[in-house]
Amino acid sequence: MDYLLTENQKMIKDLCRQITEEKITPVAAELDKSEEFPWEVMKVIAKSDLFGLYIEEKYGGMGGGVLDLCLATEEFSKGCGGISVCYAASALGTYPIILYGTDEQKQKYLPDIAKGKKLAAFGLTEPAAGSDASAIQTTAKKEGDHYVLNGTKHFITNGGEAEIYTVIAMTDKTKGARGASAFIVEKGTPGFTFGKKEDKMGIRASATRELIFTDCKIPKENLLGKEGLGFIVTMKTFDMSRPGVAAQALGIAQGALDAAVKYAKERVQFGKPISSFQGIQFMLADMATEVEAARALVYATAREIDSGNKDSGRDSAMAKLFASDVAMKVTTDAVQIFGGYGYMKEYPAEKYMRDAKITQIYEGTNQIQRNIIALALIKEASKNKK
Amino acid sequence: MNIIVCIKQVPETTQVQIDPKTNTLIREGVQSIINPFDMYAIEEGIRIKEKFGGKVTVITMGPPQAECALREAISLGCDEGILLSDRAFAGSDTLATGYTLAMAIKKIKEFDIIICGKQASDGDTAQVGPGISAHLDIPQITYVKKIEEIQDGHATVERMTEEGFEILKTPLPCLITVVKEINEPRIPSLKGMMKAKKAVIATWKALDIEAEEYRIGLKGSPTQVVKIFTPPPRPKGQIFDGTPEESVEKLIGILKNHLI
Amino acid sequence: MGIKIINEKCVGCKICVAVCPFQAITMVDKKAVIDLDKCTLCSACVEACKFNAIEFKREFTKTENIEQYDGVWVFGEQKKGIIQPVVYELLGKGKELAHKLHTQLSCVILGSNIKTKAQELIYRGADNVYVVDAPDLSNFLDEPYTKILVNLIRKYRPEIVLCGATSIGRALISRVAVKLHAGLTADCTGLDIEPQEKILLQTRPAFGGNIMATIITKNHRPQMSTVRHKVMKENEIDTTRQGKIIEESFAPAFFTSRTKILDIVEEVSSTVNLTEADIIVSGGRGMKNPENFAILEELAKALDGAVGASRAAVDSGWMPYSHQVGQTGKTVCPKIYIACGISGQIQHLVGMQSSKTIIAINQDAHAPIFNVANYGIVGDLFQVVPLLTKKFKEKIRK
Repeated sequence: MDYLLTENQKMIKDLCRQITEEKITPVAAELDKSEEFPWEVMKVIAKSDLFGLYIEEKYGGMGGGVLDLCLATEEFSKGCGGISVCYAASALGTYPIILYGTDEQKQKYLPDIAKGKKLAAFGLTEPAAGSDASAIQTTAKKEGDHYVLNGTKHFITNGGEAEIYTVIAMTDKTKGARGASAFIVEKGTPGFTFGKKEDKMGIRASATRELIFTDCKIPKENLLGKEGLGFIVTMKTFDMSRPGVAAQALGIAQGALDAAVKYAKERVQFGKPISSFQGIQFMLADMATEVEAARALVYATAREIDSGNKDSGRDSAMAKLFASDVAMKVTTDAVQIFGGYGYMKEYPAEKYMRDAKITQIYEGTNQIQRNIIALALIKEASKNKK
Repeated sequence: MNIIVCIKQVPETTQVQIDPKTNTLIREGVQSIINPFDMYAIEEGIRIKEKFGGKVTVITMGPPQAECALREAISLGCDEGILLSDRAFAGSDTLATGYTLAMAIKKIKEFDIIICGKQASDGDTAQVGPGISAHLDIPQITYVKKIEEIQDGHATVERMTEEGFEILKTPLPCLITVVKEINEPRIPSLKGMMKAKKAVIATWKALDIEAEEYRIGLKGSPTQVVKIFTPPPRPKGQIFDGTPEESVEKLIGILKNHLI
Repeated sequence: MGIKIINEKCVGCKICVAVCPFQAITMVDKKAVIDLDKCTLCSACVEACKFNAIEFKREFTKTENIEQYDGVWVFGEQKKGIIQPVVYELLGKGKELAHKLHTQLSCVILGSNIKTKAQELIYRGADNVYVVDAPDLSNFLDEPYTKILVNLIRKYRPEIVLCGATSIGRALISRVAVKLHAGLTADCTGLDIEPQEKILLQTRPAFGGNIMATIITKNHRPQMSTVRHKVMKENEIDTTRQGKIIEESFAPAFFTSRTKILDIVEEVSSTVNLTEADIIVSGGRGMKNPENFAILEELAKALDGAVGASRAAVDSGWMPYSHQVGQTGKTVCPKIYIACGISGQIQHLVGMQSSKTIIAINQDAHAPIFNVANYGIVGDLFQVVPLLTKKFKEKIRK
């Protein structure tokens, strides 16, 4: 399907496809097994200018938008959802700075991120605060020129590997959600350490760790926006990054579909390739249709954000919800098409399925996405009544 | 350091077919790529530039479409591309090709090192590189797997042989042909691709390089292809698909009769 | 067409006198003079003159005096004083070609203390052996080898020159062909004489072996070819054969080289000389890991063969590159080639398909390797290979 991409966007797609074919796919199975962080691939992506896709040119980026980022994430995810999330999570950690950073903060942090010299990460989730982000316990207390951070973040993608962290902490617990603020914390700051690396079901090439703050002193200049804006920063960041998760899901689904089609043509049973059986054909047809529908929704949402629509929460929730549900279904069907081989780690199908599952969970579970969508619907309906 | 890299555009696959009616190669639908061995030459050229400064000029001879091979080289980090394209060049064999490229290099004038891939994946001749150096009368070193150093107007390189390698030192300017062991070609950068899209590619014709009419194209090519054909398939072999024990027993039975 | 000295430019340096293979140049009043009766228009002096004092108009569309070219030559490549096996194969083919042309077969060897090898070349089929024996020629260097070979070809005018398609041969002959403005066909796998016009028919693979092309050189001499190792049959040694050994000597200028050899390194892993092995057991992606190659080594040991690998296995780091068979590795032609867990991509096939007997062991009955295999076993190589090893050992013991 032709999505009327610009010349530049086609170039991005081609470049990312080349990186995926030459650098990601060959190592995907191995890194899934060893859980080794894909630094080699990150270096290649850095040298190709792709970490700067969505960062303004004056901060060393390529000046592109969310769609550019989605195209890259989708292509990488066809090869490995674990490697692609290392790339996408850096964008997630960077968006708070892009959206709410001062020029000084941008000057200080964005050029290194754009060049791929430093990875970023976003720290929100806590053991007791998953979907209910307002329950976070980490505190930031102002003491003169500093804030002092205390508390623990967990399940942080790129934790331990990234250099730059945007962290949400309570500056005023009495105000509830309005008492949260966003901060930039650099790796190596005294009092900032990492907990154990999680042993995950999928996206195993990526690193997921705890961030532990023990009287961690950071300069007050590291506050993003104003005190109390923490949740707004979070929501707006997710609005930008959700199409990225959707693109990751889309890439995983496409990768699994491609593998299933190839296998179905090669695998012979009853003297014929299994692709000649209608049972398999119908499955493949449904998979392809769903993947294409997801793509249309993801690209449309990304375009909408890039065109300057500030109120894209509902649409980006829809894109994330739909694409990740499609990914789960398509990868499960791919395993089915591979049959017994699909269940074996020697073949790529089961990895796609394991990698797909997380896209229904992180950056807001799909139940939370439905909440967002429903709330938006109700809000709109009551607006129309007046 | 002025570096010249000579490249060739080749069909992406070696699975080409012959049209039984016209007895010519069917080229339709076959994508063109930079000869894989030339990718190592391009990478080595860029690495030399990154180390010593200077400029990498990439040259190719071919139809107008070969321009995209030059753009790809520029996206990787080469500075300039020159396309040698003229109907008069058509039908060149390796002698005429070497002469034509050498004449273009003479026109460029300033060069310290010329790098070629060890051979092209379509013709597999490995003759053009040495041919260029013979026409220019400069030293050549083929099958280079490592450049140890470039210093004081000399290059010290490792040349791969059947038994191992030789370390050779040669004055510049010289021509080397490189093997795949020499480096790992990079992936282009987005900025490089944008630069390549805008780059102006010079097209030189026979007149521009002052090539003598009798030394280029069909006229300048002593060799002449008189026949192309698909190699006869091997007769169908015997396939055993029973249990391992049965198959091995049958195979051993045959082998002992007429081999061992 | 013609050659002449431009007197205003000639400084009387005598370089042209030294390089002329035909003693056609003499000095008269400190200026060079060409004796046109002796001159063959070989142009050696034109290239040698540093002052552009010799004007020469060459007819590029046809070699001068083409009918005077006669005889078949083989370049006798040597390494460390040992004549390379491909030379014997070329003498075998060269003999056949010379016979069809009713002419003689000659071999030219360049090296140091190499004269002792000349007699065997005669036993192997050469009628004449040209020997250039000098310390400076002990190791191959492009420039002196080119200068000397070009000079000898200009002097004796063979109609055909054959050379091994080795790393030395390909580098040398390409340069020589340019200097002679001769036609050169690389990597031939078939050579024959066209009966009417008596010209050389050179057949070679292209596109990685998917296409064969027959190439001729009609109007230029010599007709030059490089030929793959292990394609042509060598002659039996015949110690009753007689031939001439002709020693050639050259002025010091011929031995100079801008390129110098600093060191020659032989790699231990390369001692597995795959290209010489009679039996090769090769493994591919189906071997799954480097440890599994042990079962291939065992089979190879039982058969006194060598172990090869496909590119997939080498790229995975399971075997060193020196074991790689295929387009980007070695071309082999053993009596028996056993391909284990190799699917048979064309890149691999071109490196081994001229093996006399190919045996393929693969789980996938549709693997392309079975299309070239004389015998194939569809099955699990981890069961089949050890079983084969066991059975071979039993048979050999008997």
